Amino acid sequence: MAARSISDSTAALTIETSVPFTSHLVDPPSRDVTTTPAELMTFFRDMSLMRRMEIAADSLYKAKLIRGFCHLYDGQEAVAVGMEAAITRNDSIITAYRDHCTYLARGGDLISAFSELMGREAGCSRGKGGSMHFYKKDANFYGGHGIVGAQVPLGCGLAFAQKYKKEDTATFALYGDGAANQGQLFEALNISALWKLPAILVCENNHYGMGTAEWRAAKSPAYYKRGDYVPGLKVDGMDVLAVKQACKFAKDHAVANGPIVLEMDTYRYHGHSMSDPGSTYRTRDEISGVRQERDPIERVRKLILAHDLATPAELKDIEKEIRKRVDDAIAKAKESSMPDTSELFTNVYKKGFGVEVSCQICSN
Amino acid sequence: MFEALREALIEEMKLDPTVCVMGEDVGHYGGSYKVTKGLAEMFGDLRVLDTPIAENSFTGMGIGAAMKGLRPVVEGMNMGFLLLAYNQISNNCGMLHYTSGGQFKIPIVIRGPGGVGRQLGAEHSQRLESYFQSIPGLQMVACSTPYNAKGLMKAAIRSENPVVLFEHVLLYNMKEKIPDEEYICCLEEAEMVRPGEHVTILTYSRMRYHVMQAAKTLVNKGYDPEVIDIRSLKPFDLHTIGNSIKKTHRVLIVEECMRTGGIGASLRSAIIDNFWDYLDAPIMCLSSQDVPTPYAATLEDATVVQPAQIVAAVEQICQ
Repeated sequence: MAARSISDSTAALTIETSVPFTSHLVDPPSRDVTTTPAELMTFFRDMSLMRRMEIAADSLYKAKLIRGFCHLYDGQEAVAVGMEAAITRNDSIITAYRDHCTYLARGGDLISAFSELMGREAGCSRGKGGSMHFYKKDANFYGGHGIVGAQVPLGCGLAFAQKYKKEDTATFALYGDGAANQGQLFEALNISALWKLPAILVCENNHYGMGTAEWRAAKSPAYYKRGDYVPGLKVDGMDVLAVKQACKFAKDHAVANGPIVLEMDTYRYHGHSMSDPGSTYRTRDEISGVRQERDPIERVRKLILAHDLATPAELKDIEKEIRKRVDDAIAKAKESSMPDTSELFTNVYKKGFGVEVSCQICSN
Repeated sequence: MFEALREALIEEMKLDPTVCVMGEDVGHYGGSYKVTKGLAEMFGDLRVLDTPIAENSFTGMGIGAAMKGLRPVVEGMNMGFLLLAYNQISNNCGMLHYTSGGQFKIPIVIRGPGGVGRQLGAEHSQRLESYFQSIPGLQMVACSTPYNAKGLMKAAIRSENPVVLFEHVLLYNMKEKIPDEEYICCLEEAEMVRPGEHVTILTYSRMRYHVMQAAKTLVNKGYDPEVIDIRSLKPFDLHTIGNSIKKTHRVLIVEECMRTGGIGASLRSAIIDNFWDYLDAPIMCLSSQDVPTPYAATLEDATVVQPAQIVAAVEQICQ
C-alpha cells in the first residue's frame, strides 16, 4: 500500500451533528458544523490521550498509588475537547472534581497531572490538592472543586470579573446533573442574569448523581430549561462537533446578552469514583450499549475513516504512541518525591499574613 | 465609626480600581448601617453592587472575582447571615490558595456587624468569630474604635489574604477624632489601650468598653490593670500579649463569644502553651453564656459580661 501521511489539511469540512439541538428561549444554532481534517485529527488525539490517562489512573488507584477520591472522566471527553475548540485560553473554565481531562484540555501536562494524583511535589498543586484540586492559572482554568455546586457561584464571580475588566471573554462553569439541584446555582444564575454576566452554566448530565439516577433526584431533568428565564440548549455531549458548535454559540450569546445554560447529554463509563463500581444502579448492558453506540472517540474515528483522513493502522499507531506517552509520564511522575514536610505550612497564607503589605505604613 | 469605615472604603476604592463592594442594600439604600452611604453615587453600580438575598452565592461570586484579580469587599448585612455562606468561606475562601499550590490568592474582605446588640434576638446576635476561627488560610480582625476601624479596613483591603473584619452593631455610632493623614493599622497587631502592672486584661470589640469601665472602678480600688485590645483574632499577636504577661503574670480574658469554643478558649490555650512559666495565677476567661441571646433586656444583659463581673474577676486573680 502506498505511504500517505495523515491529513493535516485545514480545508473546511462541514459535518452534521448527530442530532439537532433542542433549545429553550433561544433559536438553536445550525447542526452543520464547520471543521477541518486537522481539527478532527486533533480531536482524535486529544480525546484518546484523555481516555488513556483516565484508564491509567484507574490502574494506579488499584495499585494504591492514587488514594482518596478519584473521579474519572472516560466517556465524557468530547465535552472537554469540544469546549476547548470553541474558545480561547482567555476564556475561563471552572469545574468540579471530575477535572483531570479539563486540566489537560487547558494545556496541563501529563506529568504534573499524574504527580498530583500521586501526591508528589511535581504535581500541579504541589501534591497538596489531589485529584479534586487541579488548577492552571495561566490558562484560566480555575479548578478543581470538591463540594458539589460550590464552583458555580465562583464561576459567576469569574464572569463578573470579566465584565468588570471589560474583557469580552466568557466563563464556562461546569457542574453535574447532581449539582443541578443545588440552590446556590439558582442564586448565582439570578444574579448573573440581573447583572448580565458572561456566564455559561454547563450541566454535564451523565444521568447519575453518584448512585442516584437523574429521574430520582430531579423533578424536572430537563436541565437546559431549568434556568427558567435564562435561555438554554441541549447538546449531544458525546459528539465533539456538537459540543464545539454549542460552546461557540453560547460564548457569543453570553458576551452579548448574559447567561445561558448548556446541557451536555453525556455518559461516564466508570462509576462516580473509584470507590463506586458503577454497576449497582445501572446495568452493564446500558454501559456497553453507550460505548457501542455513542462513544465519542469512536464517532470521530468513523468520521476520519469515512473522509479518508487516515487509515485504521495510522489511528492505531497514534493510540500506541499515546499509550507510550502516558506510560512515560507515569514513570517520570513516580520519580518525583513526596513534598517536604515544610510544605505543610506553605501557601496557607500569601506572604505570611499580609504583614508585609499592611506594615509598610505602620508607625512601628 | 461607620464614617471611619466609609472613609476607608472610599480612599481604597479611589486608589485601586479593582476594589468593589458587594452586599445587600449596600448601594442605592446606602447600607443598613450607613457604612456604604454615598458610595454607589460615587463609584457606580458596577463597583457598588446590590445583591439579592443570596449569601451563599454572592460570597462565592466575590471569591471567584478575587481569584480573577478583583478585590471585593463583601458585606454580610449581619454577620450571622454569613453562616449561609460558610462553605464558600471555609473551603473556597480559606483553602484555595493552598489547594491550588499557591496559584490563586483570594484578596477578599468579608465584613459586617455582629455581636450582641440591643434586644435584636438570638439569630441577630451571633458571634461568628468562634465559628470561623478554625478555618485555615483566613485572617480575622475585630475593630473597636473609629481609628482602628479605618486603619484595619484599609489594611484588610490591601492584604493579599482573605480577611474577615468583625464590626459590632453597637459601636457604629461611636465618635472619635481621627488623623487627616493617611494611616493603616497592622492587621496582626494588638493595641495597648491602658498600660499597667497588676494584671493583663485581653479583650476585643465591644467588650473593650466594658473592660475600660471596670478599669475605672479598679483604679479607684487601687489596682493597675493593663488592658490590651487584641484586635487580631487570627492570628493572635502573641508578641504583645506575651510581653504583657511576662510583666504582670496574671491574665483575664474578657470576650463576647460564648464560653464553648470561643476566641477566649483558643487564646487561653495559646497562652498556656507559650507562657505557662510566667503565670502566677490560673488564666480567667469571662465569656457570654452558652445560650441563645434572649430578647428580654434583663436576660440579654445577663448573657454578656458586665463591668461588675470584670472587677470581681480582677480582684480574684490578684488575691
